[in-house]
Amino acid sequence: MEWVNAVVQGILVGGLYAMFAAGLSLIFGVMRLVNIAHGDFIVAAAYLAMVIIQGTGLHPLLSLLIVVPVAAVFGYGLQRGIFNRTLGKDILPPLLVSFGLSVILQNGMLELFTADSRKLDAGPLEVASFNVLPGVSIGILPLLMLLSAVAIIAGLQYLFYRTALGRAFRATSDDTEIAEIMGLDNRKVYAWAMALCMGVVAVAGVFLAIRSNFDPFMGPGRLIFGFESVIIGGLGNLWGTLVGGVILGVAQGLGAEINPGWQLLAGHIAFLVVLAVKPHGLFPRNDG
Amino acid sequence: MSPHITRATSASRIAAVAALVLLVVLFAAPWWGSTATLRLIGEFMIYLALASLWNLLAGYTGLVSVGQQAYVGLGGYVLFSMALFLGWNPLLAIPAAGLAAALISLPVAKLVFRLQGAYFAIGTWVVAEVFRLVFAQMTTLGGGSGSSLPVAVMKAMAGSKASREAMIYWAALILGAGSLAVVYLLLRSRIGLALTAIRDNELASSSLGVKIDQVKLAVYVAVAAATAMVGSLIFLQKLRISPDAAFSVNDWTAFVIFIVVIGGIGTIEGPIIGTLVYFLLREFLADLGSIYLLILGALAIIIMLAAPRGIWGYVHQRYGILLFPIGYRVNLKD
Amino acid sequence: MPEALVSIENLEAFYGDAQALHGVSLELNRGEVLALIGSNGAGKSTLLKSICGLVRRKRGTIRFKSEGIGMLPANEIVARGIALVPEGRRLFPSLSVEENLILGSQVARPGYWSLKTVFDLFPVLQEKRNFPSTSLSGGQQQMVAIGRALMSNPELILLDELSLGLAPIIIKDIYELLPRIVGSGLSAILVEQDVTRALKSAGRFMCLQEGRISLAGEPTAYTRDEISAAYFGN
Repeated sequence: MEWVNAVVQGILVGGLYAMFAAGLSLIFGVMRLVNIAHGDFIVAAAYLAMVIIQGTGLHPLLSLLIVVPVAAVFGYGLQRGIFNRTLGKDILPPLLVSFGLSVILQNGMLELFTADSRKLDAGPLEVASFNVLPGVSIGILPLLMLLSAVAIIAGLQYLFYRTALGRAFRATSDDTEIAEIMGLDNRKVYAWAMALCMGVVAVAGVFLAIRSNFDPFMGPGRLIFGFESVIIGGLGNLWGTLVGGVILGVAQGLGAEINPGWQLLAGHIAFLVVLAVKPHGLFPRNDG
Repeated sequence: MSPHITRATSASRIAAVAALVLLVVLFAAPWWGSTATLRLIGEFMIYLALASLWNLLAGYTGLVSVGQQAYVGLGGYVLFSMALFLGWNPLLAIPAAGLAAALISLPVAKLVFRLQGAYFAIGTWVVAEVFRLVFAQMTTLGGGSGSSLPVAVMKAMAGSKASREAMIYWAALILGAGSLAVVYLLLRSRIGLALTAIRDNELASSSLGVKIDQVKLAVYVAVAAATAMVGSLIFLQKLRISPDAAFSVNDWTAFVIFIVVIGGIGTIEGPIIGTLVYFLLREFLADLGSIYLLILGALAIIIMLAAPRGIWGYVHQRYGILLFPIGYRVNLKD
Repeated sequence: MPEALVSIENLEAFYGDAQALHGVSLELNRGEVLALIGSNGAGKSTLLKSICGLVRRKRGTIRFKSEGIGMLPANEIVARGIALVPEGRRLFPSLSVEENLILGSQVARPGYWSLKTVFDLFPVLQEKRNFPSTSLSGGQQQMVAIGRALMSNPELILLDELSLGLAPIIIKDIYELLPRIVGSGLSAILVEQDVTRALKSAGRFMCLQEGRISLAGEPTAYTRDEISAAYFGN
């Protein structure tokens, strides 16, 4: 029965991984940018939430009302101020700039908050759960994470395929020159995409911080989980990313059941197996 | 009166002579320098080697890896394994580490080459993480806390401490200057021409018969082997290895990337300049701890945005100087 | 006399380091159709792209409705009433036919053209409105490209190689619709490889040769030999 429970918990944490991944997928889809500091921004959002909660006494989930807009505005500025200057045919500049950002973020957070482990307290919500089978319980918080992931991805899909902004995203990603000839300002389109991404990052960061301890150096690990979810699920497919996250979560859970030290390794192995056998992922779209 | 074709510039000829003189002086360092000097120069050479190799991989071949620490750590662990279990002279273990890395890099390449661009970068990072986690599970090598090199092994290398220091120093010198030389010669060769062609226009060069995939694989394997050799030397010197130290992103990738970016990516001279700048900055700023890293990160970003070709790239563009000429020049004067 | 719609003086344009236009001047009045002819590489597309802002490295003056637009980015030029039908159509593959058209109205001004009137002009597009744009035939894609340009109700439409890659009968059909397009109040500059068709559709023409004007005026004023000489640069 522990195995069933491991699978169930893996599915639930898959929602969190999918939230890590959704922003990555969005940005890559719109502008072929991979932000190596993505995970560090997730952690930064957690610290931002912490600061806001310390100042206002809000419940962590309510702090999202402030953290998400702040993160979105920051993302808009980040894109217009820095990343827009790096976009072009060469993949090196955005990669190296985001690497630099990663180092700055980690050490900045270290200076501001020290290396101490922190956690956000969501009160009774954290332990609330219900039993579905003997030995298998579903926590309210993990369930909330999974449902949030589904909602976010559904929202992003709707935005992409049924709104003018989504049309602008798709057109700019297809052909930046002709998008400009249609009157779209690429700089603004990209900035909106990054703003959206940072909003999702904020949600992921707060959930991360409620669920477990966090410290300034957790970023790269979250980036890798997000990245593995994207690759397993298939490039260019947000729902695939959700599946990828779930598979990753389940693989890690099963690995931990065999041997607690094997949790991370099991996830990486699942990723490498998919990469070897289905290099485009399980549900790829045309070109991602 | 007819134009002739040369490779050298006057600057490069001067530089070649100066480099030879410098090399002799450096080689003699165990006799004129203190232990601290030997260690400093040795460390310089090690970072120069790592930087030149990463530059070859990313700046010339377009394979931007953020996971070279996998091979640094692998080299270290191979050396420790051979010393601990087989009783080998550590200096012999260095080339063995290179060979082991070359073999392991083949299946790794097969996997990560399925990814493109920045996703390739993160993929290499994942591989390094896998290495770290696997080695942390190996209790015979000390598991998560690592192991030390026994004194007997060190004695097998050379009798006195002074001669051991000298040998490690010479090994570092050979690896550092050697990496630079190998990169330079490689880029002057047909393979180098192929790399430049690929960098300029991958589609055109493939239609001309340049076997892009083979070239990329060859470079990846060669760099992995050389990186592992440097890695084995690093941990030979430290006398201690642990998974976190062996596969540290900060020590073996972040600093290396900064060196190459600040010095000038895609140029041979760049890593030299970059390593110099890195050591200078470290000299003055290392006390600041994480602020020092913050400054490095900010510097790398500013250089990437304002002068993407780095310090040397800027100098070369402005003044046309080349110390390591790899192209051909048509000389119209007699 | 009313001011010219487009006034270009001594335009020099560059692709990277290579100079594609060497001092081209022209004027276009409202309601006029100007045909640009010339062999490959003569600079015809570059001229269109310079006007709408896709070629940014240039010297000289480009005035549209008495305003200098040479330094503006493409998305701002387009907002002032210029639309481009690009060479090779260049529809957005991720968008359906209808979405491509709607995107064209991003900087829409009030006017005759709307989704309804574009579908009137090209009825087949209405049938295929929800299809991915790249699933259409070449001729239909050209219709989408033209419709997309019309959706913003431009005052000047730039048509780049409409006939490229299309069957002769499709080309004929499309060119037969040209008067309807121009008749709705647009002026047009038309780049066309098919010289005969170009000269038949336009009131004035200009021949480019290696980035310079080799001949310009009304088609009827010159003999075939004179035009041929200007085209090939004998």
